[in-house]
Amino acid sequence: MKNFRISGLAFLAIIGMASCSKDDAPVPVNEEEVITTVITTLSNTSGSVVLTSKDLDGDGPNAPVLTQTGTIVANRVYVGSVKFLNEQKTPAEDITPEVVSEGKDHQVFFQPEAGVGTFTYADTDVNGRPIGVMFNFTAGAANAMQKNLIVTLRHEPVKTASGVATGNIANAGGDTDIEVTYRVVITP
Amino acid sequence: MMFIGYFSFGQIKISGIVSDSNKTPLVGCHVHAGKNFVVTDGNGAFEFKNLAKNKIRLYATYVGFKTFDTIVDVQKDILMTIILVKSINSLNEIEIKLKTNSENNSILEQKIRTETIDRYSNQTLGDALKEVAGVSVLKTGSNIVKPIINGLSSSRVPIISNNVRLEDQQWGTEHAPNFDINAAGKISVIKGASALQYGGDAIGGLVIIEPISVKKDTLFGKTIMNYNTNGRGGTISSSLHKGNFCDWSWNALGTFKYSGDRHTPDYNLSNTANRELNFAGDAKYTGKNYHIAAFYSLYNAQIGILRASHIGNVNDLYQAINNQIPFVVADFTYNINNPRQKIQHHLAKIDFGYRFSDNENLSAQYAFQFNNRKEFDIRRGNRNNIPALDLDLSTHSLIIDYNKIQNSWTFKSGFSVQYQNNFANPETGVRPLIPTYERYDTGIYSIATRKINETISVDGGIRYDFSNIQASKFYIKTRWTSLGYDPEFTNFIVNEQNGQLFTRPTFTYHNFAASLGLHKVFENDIDAYANASLSMRNPNVSELFSDGLHHATGVIEIGDLRLQQEKSLKAAVTLQRRWNSLSVTINPFLNRINNFMFLQPTGFETTIRGAFPVWEYKQTNVLLTGIDFQSVWKIKSDLNLTMVLGIVNGQNLSENLPLIDMPPINFSNKIDFIKSRWYNFSASLKHEVVLQQNRFPDYDFDTNIFVNNSLQSVRVNISKPPPTYQLWSCSAQMSFKTLKNSVTTVMLSGQNLLNTAYRDYLNRQRFFADEMGRNIQLQLKINY
Repeated sequence: MKNFRISGLAFLAIIGMASCSKDDAPVPVNEEEVITTVITTLSNTSGSVVLTSKDLDGDGPNAPVLTQTGTIVANRVYVGSVKFLNEQKTPAEDITPEVVSEGKDHQVFFQPEAGVGTFTYADTDVNGRPIGVMFNFTAGAANAMQKNLIVTLRHEPVKTASGVATGNIANAGGDTDIEVTYRVVITP
Repeated sequence: MMFIGYFSFGQIKISGIVSDSNKTPLVGCHVHAGKNFVVTDGNGAFEFKNLAKNKIRLYATYVGFKTFDTIVDVQKDILMTIILVKSINSLNEIEIKLKTNSENNSILEQKIRTETIDRYSNQTLGDALKEVAGVSVLKTGSNIVKPIINGLSSSRVPIISNNVRLEDQQWGTEHAPNFDINAAGKISVIKGASALQYGGDAIGGLVIIEPISVKKDTLFGKTIMNYNTNGRGGTISSSLHKGNFCDWSWNALGTFKYSGDRHTPDYNLSNTANRELNFAGDAKYTGKNYHIAAFYSLYNAQIGILRASHIGNVNDLYQAINNQIPFVVADFTYNINNPRQKIQHHLAKIDFGYRFSDNENLSAQYAFQFNNRKEFDIRRGNRNNIPALDLDLSTHSLIIDYNKIQNSWTFKSGFSVQYQNNFANPETGVRPLIPTYERYDTGIYSIATRKINETISVDGGIRYDFSNIQASKFYIKTRWTSLGYDPEFTNFIVNEQNGQLFTRPTFTYHNFAASLGLHKVFENDIDAYANASLSMRNPNVSELFSDGLHHATGVIEIGDLRLQQEKSLKAAVTLQRRWNSLSVTINPFLNRINNFMFLQPTGFETTIRGAFPVWEYKQTNVLLTGIDFQSVWKIKSDLNLTMVLGIVNGQNLSENLPLIDMPPINFSNKIDFIKSRWYNFSASLKHEVVLQQNRFPDYDFDTNIFVNNSLQSVRVNISKPPPTYQLWSCSAQMSFKTLKNSVTTVMLSGQNLLNTAYRDYLNRQRFFADEMGRNIQLQLKINY
């Protein structure tokens, strides 16, 4: 019966263990990879156009808010840049340097609706392939209609695939980190 | 086997002793006389009283020995000595043995025996369970496999390993049972919730795994080695067992699995390598009328998740579905990159059993489980080595069971208490969908079985469960508002931190379960079982609290705090008939479930990453009906044909739609050829057909993609199940006596022999890649 008593004690000890619980105050997860804001800037000597897509609730239900300052003038040439921010943090954190430092695993793609204009890359990663954070843009002909401009950031794209180096997303693969759809107007 | 003789006495009873060929008595041997059943005592003795004058079947079974089976004409008392002969891998028995069961009288338990389990040594528990009619599998790729019983899986199919309910985060479809198949000695499937001692919430059914245990007074071991061509990897599993009388016995087992990328007929499945390193061991002391045992097991796995299944938004999903080729196909490698899962499951238990008499015993068991799941995602900024999900689940449980047999009655009663704590590590830098929580459960049950006469027995049971859960959950404020949780759940809010609401949702549930059944044995070897069971299941943490992007699936999953318990009423009948060379089992069932919880695709939400599909947990009333069929036909003494068929029909009654994710009709035919004289040669050829599921709800949705310089609306075809497929597989094996006491079995087998490219409706990765192509497996098994 000795074993019986030992096991009885063991049960009691274990029940005791089970009933004490830690009650630490939980902390919210500090989301590290959130991008809330994508700012696409087009500038030339006559000024700059700033296209913004802002989604402050991240994966929350609210859709991104689009804004535009300045006007895109038909047939003009612009120097462009894309900037990624996390505005859930104060002050806002600029994610762009992180994207550039991992440039060989990232690429920005521009998909303008017919007539918006043409994009060419103006930067390169360590392998001499484009990243797309810096680019050149030539506006299309004047058009009163709002047109779509999709800016996509792909993670781990196949940069060697056909057409990818010139900005064709079709064969890029990888997965989408950012995809914003701006609505733009080309003024005369 | 041998039958020494009978002597007459003065009363109507059969008694005797079971021993091995060295006249050593076998303790704990199961002896059946007609529908009666006893276990031999410490001297190997057994006794059946009050037998009617009749011809009855008498048989005795013992692990590692050939079954003794005979017909006895009971006219007067019989005293007998049964001598069991050691079996050396007797393969000429039907693999899934259908027999009356120990857990519940009125439901046929379907068992998978050691020889079959050994063949699946290189696969998973789910793969082995597919041998049973009515069981299919829910997969994520080829390494994460969960059983589906009569159309239901995950939280509805608890897995009981060594009398402990596995608490291994089974809520997710991509969370496979954390169990090493090699540690199973016997696996039973109970279709339905009638085994109330294990819980009242097994709406789908139960999988009961018993470890390998040896009662013989010898040391013996087994080593299984596998090599697979698909994955270019293998497994090695080794176990040692030592049994003894009235003294100590122990078992120990270790398994190592190592495999590289799998491949389909056409391409490599990049990042599908996996590793496992498992251990299980126990020691038991058996006294005169009690035993005490300690058990520990560790499951330790690292699983690569198909790279191409890691997608961003709806456009990626649309492209994947339409291209039909994974977007990442790299060369074969053994390396595992992100996304990957790293899982550890520890189980430690001690149990104690006390026998008041041959007919009355009490057992107590304490078990502790610790499960750690880390999921690594493809991340930016050198965060690939920081898990995106890191959950620690600890479970303490205490179970006390009491059994008593009195005359024609058998009583079983018990209670359980459980405390569970889940810790969602906030250091991940990713909001966890599953929150930190604490849960308390208590259950109490009673089951009674009455043998009315030699051919009819009835059973009934009731169970009550109490459950309380308190979670610590952070909600994004806009999500909380959009789900309409104010003012109904405003009292859960503690405070606001960094734009998130810190809440403490608390729920208490009272559940009742009941089971009622009948078993009748007709003449000419017909067995009929009928059972009705009522069960209730609480919403799990995933169903209650999910509230955002599930990175593993690329879907925004939304739970609901308003979910109520699911209630099921299942009625099932099993008819089993045996002829001389044919046995047939038919099992129709009907399962009506109110408040059935399921994940329904409801549309999409736009975020800065683009649009994502939104799947919400909904409740509806459903009716599942179906039939399982199994037959074994002994065509000749050395030739068997086994047919298995499973049909299940799920209907969403509230919306009058077919239910999503129901297994399609599947059937298989297998021919076994056995020639013991040729070194125990056996060979089998199997043909398996899985029809296209034509009953599915249409949850397709539209999205805009950019084609030819303009945005166009396209349909994302997520609903339509893949077409019918058929697979061939075969195996052949022989056993050789190698050393004095060791037997080596060599098996060569092939799966998907014709290298068919196919996809399966119940694989969560069916949008991204084909299933595995041909695999040739070489297995070497040494028993010593």
